[in-house]
Amino acid sequence: MAANPSPAGHGPVLDAARVRKDFPILERTVNGRPLVYLDSGASSQRPQAVLRAVDEYETHSHANIHRGVHALSQAATEAFEGARERVRRFINARSTREIIFVRGTTEAINLVAQSYARPRLKAGDEILISALEHHANIVPWQMVCEQTGAVLKVAPISKRGEFLFEEYERLLSPRTRIVAVAHVSNALGTILPVKRIVDAAHAHGAVVLVDGAQAVPHTRVDVRALGCDFYAFSGHKLYGPTGIGVLYGREELLQDMPPWQGGGDMILTVSFEKSTYNELPAKFEAGTPNISGAVGLAAAMDYVESLGLDAIAAHEHRLVTEATAQLERIPAVHIVGTAPNKASIVSFTMDGVHPHDLGTILDHEGVAVRTGHHCAMPLMTFLGLPATVRASFACYNTEADVASLIAAVHKAREVFG
Amino acid sequence: MDLKDLYRDVILDHNRKPRNFGRLEGADAHADGHNPLCGDRLTVFLKMNGDRIEDVRFEGKGCAISTASASLMTEAIKGKDRARVDELFHQVHTLLTQHDAAADPALGKLAALSGVREFPARVKCASLCWHTLNAALANGAATVSTE
Repeated sequence: MAANPSPAGHGPVLDAARVRKDFPILERTVNGRPLVYLDSGASSQRPQAVLRAVDEYETHSHANIHRGVHALSQAATEAFEGARERVRRFINARSTREIIFVRGTTEAINLVAQSYARPRLKAGDEILISALEHHANIVPWQMVCEQTGAVLKVAPISKRGEFLFEEYERLLSPRTRIVAVAHVSNALGTILPVKRIVDAAHAHGAVVLVDGAQAVPHTRVDVRALGCDFYAFSGHKLYGPTGIGVLYGREELLQDMPPWQGGGDMILTVSFEKSTYNELPAKFEAGTPNISGAVGLAAAMDYVESLGLDAIAAHEHRLVTEATAQLERIPAVHIVGTAPNKASIVSFTMDGVHPHDLGTILDHEGVAVRTGHHCAMPLMTFLGLPATVRASFACYNTEADVASLIAAVHKAREVFG
Repeated sequence: MDLKDLYRDVILDHNRKPRNFGRLEGADAHADGHNPLCGDRLTVFLKMNGDRIEDVRFEGKGCAISTASASLMTEAIKGKDRARVDELFHQVHTLLTQHDAAADPALGKLAALSGVREFPARVKCASLCWHTLNAALANGAATVSTE
């Protein structure tokens, strides 16, 4: 679509002006000003290709899947299972049996917590997470700890937002059964050294879940190269629909896990005495799934790969670097999260202007950002901040968006005098 | 909708220099208020003389709207009896939520909050202190949340 090989041979270059034309919502105005959408970390917008794929499916192919011999049911089944194969290729899983469709990252983590962790963990076992996790990668583990008597341990980060690998290694022990970490921090943008985290955990016999919600839109993910046991992500942060997400799990682990929810599709036979469960992945997909969501997610993956993840990452890196440099030049602005290895996110505060006031003023200027604790309250407590402003960048953002952000921040300074 | 309707000079002034700010020694009632969505936290302290609020102070951290609203509230309620405070609460509530409500002249400086209703996401910032005050009046010591 808009990715061209660069003449200098440094990989493909993204033509963001052309990419923008693929996203109809970017044509709208907010408060009388052109929309500057810098909240893709919360939810990205969808390209025409995704909207069209969902619409095509709903208009021409919808029926329930894995049921019925009629033509539509077969078309829907093919679309849904085709989407599963698309996901498998996107993250380089071995088999489609390792791809479970769920509502999103949150549901994926809860599934692992309840189906993998809960039956296995005993009092005194440990679950190790990091200090920068999203609530979705904290609370499901706290629930399992309450249910089993296991203990939640937290690997610290530095004030700059870096994952402290040596400290993490020190917390690993034979008691560590599960390590659960973000691939990319949603609040700060820090990229965690997942491969090293996985290798160290495996050396202690622990199983690793990676929360990839903020990673898949910005970096090529190869679950086999990472070596992780579980990988969770959402469709709606990857230019796909809401209500669809993916849990990748190594087949041998998923085989041994009991179903999480019971119902249709996840059984082979049912009698009032006993039911037998279906094979993977159906065992974990009780009830009629989000078929059009899966179709949309597959289209989103086609779209992202047509641009090239390396090209997207390089483009976003340029914008984040530019935005960070310009924000740092504004008196009283402080960048929150300055780890050397970051993806697509700039979090900041401004002396004398609360993040919520800043967010309102930015919105008034047409600039959409996230303000608040970013569903990472323990991280905010550690940083000693009630909230930050977070600008997050995607393939459709441009230097003009950065300029609008900077102008809006200056405006806030003006309003507050 | 203009930013100046929200961030009026009175609001900015009370945000920069909140009145009656800090702990109140010898308070006989206090309550904590929390808006988990934005992390605003404040505590309202009261010293009562029978039915009358003899002294009031607040402390905490929040956005300009929540800080200014709390500051304006302390000025408005000091020396008033509970019936008058109830009346003020309802007048402020109307001001913050009803689009066509004209500010009651009796509200005085509190009328500066009328712009907040054009920014629905911010109404809770302005009302947090009033809910906290009610909790302090009702229970002596309590925590309220906007959620």
